[in-house]
Amino acid sequence: MGQTKKIKVMVNGERIERDVAVRTNLSDFLRNDLGLTGTHVGCEHGVCGACTVRVNGQTVRSCLMLAVQVDDLEVTTIEGLADTGPVSALRDAFLKRNALQCGYCTPGMLASAVEYIEKIGEPDRKKIREHLSGNYCRCTGYQSIVDAICDVIQVGTEK
Amino acid sequence: MKAPEFTYERPTEISEALAIIAQDAHEKAFLAGGQSLLPMMNFRLAAPKTLIDLGGLKDLKEIVAVEDGLRIGATVTYSELGASALVSEFSQVFDSVLPHIAHSAIRNRGTIGGSVALADPAAEMPAVLIALGASVELASQRGTRFVPADEFFHGLYLTERSDDELVLSVFIPNSSRSLSTGFYELARRHGDYAIAGVCISDDSRPSGSFNAPKVVLFGVSDRPLRAKSVEESLVGVARNDTRKIRSASEALSDLVFDSDLHNSQDTKQRLASVCVRRALEAM
Ligand code: FES
Ligand code: FES
Repeated sequence: MGQTKKIKVMVNGERIERDVAVRTNLSDFLRNDLGLTGTHVGCEHGVCGACTVRVNGQTVRSCLMLAVQVDDLEVTTIEGLADTGPVSALRDAFLKRNALQCGYCTPGMLASAVEYIEKIGEPDRKKIREHLSGNYCRCTGYQSIVDAICDVIQVGTEK
Repeated sequence: MKAPEFTYERPTEISEALAIIAQDAHEKAFLAGGQSLLPMMNFRLAAPKTLIDLGGLKDLKEIVAVEDGLRIGATVTYSELGASALVSEFSQVFDSVLPHIAHSAIRNRGTIGGSVALADPAAEMPAVLIALGASVELASQRGTRFVPADEFFHGLYLTERSDDELVLSVFIPNSSRSLSTGFYELARRHGDYAIAGVCISDDSRPSGSFNAPKVVLFGVSDRPLRAKSVEESLVGVARNDTRKIRSASEALSDLVFDSDLHNSQDTKQRLASVCVRRALEAM
């Protein structure tokens, strides 16, 4: 297992203290050590966006961070995003618009979508697409995802 | 797809970081944002025995206006650059470049110093820094030095930095405030690596014609390339003379282009000239 280090981290509002191997990715730490399997792992090299979580309020790819790097920071996964504000609205809109099929990309999509709504918040399809350009979906073709986000921003889906 | 084992250090002082790297430097690596290094380690293209995490070095996070310019700490992220009023006041080029650098979640972690130290030939930042006349501040136990960006990039992942040196900051001189800039990049998908791109600067604002332009291509060779013939042909050309701009942007035969997986040398040259023309026309 090699070198380990004790980290203290706030995950979804809960204070956690664990010994982790220094080479463990944040995504593996969340899934394997904490059982938070809502964070999906696709490519493990920062391309697909399935592993997107929030660290101190900013989206990051959890496969491109080491668990030891979140020492003293706050991590929010899809489990912690659920049920609050824009996420519940997004969840309903995703359902209504068929913005997911297999659901593999969805946790990462939601994390990026929430960031878009909070930071940019314009119902501009081009900007939404740009913001989601690092999140791959192999099922939906994106149209319905953009529709759902536009719905939440409360301006129809006119082109 | 997991990184090989390494030992992990997290210094809290720059002097401590320099002391760690001073020994067996070639077996150690600094970890800044990790957006390139960590995937390279997952692919086992890089296998440092020791990772020195720069996350604990507060000084490297600062953007400070000093007497003769702007000092941007090495671990300032792209998102922080984009959010800094000081930075956009210095040059509006950052606002045009940043959206092209990967994706939001990567920009939240990726750093300016990391990009400079890695010297990926497809990266935007090295070309931008050359165009702005910036320099790179390096420190080791042997001392501190500033290297002009123009002399810093030596080739594929090769720079002027020695193994035991840490990039402390990127320095943008006050002269860059009066530069007008242009930027254009072609990529297959938004945020992907550039197939070809260019950053251009010039101080021609008062005269209405190009004066001393710098034209820096990226993504077309093993390092950023100054297109000197284009620069020479532009001198004295009116900014709205589209005919002369077009012919100047084709003056690329003094350069050697590298092909990539999808594009031949000729294609690269053609696309580079398209980028130059579009960047110039928008200036
Ligand atoms: S698993 Fe992290 S980006 Fe694909
Ligand atoms: S719903 Fe299957 S990958 Fe997006």
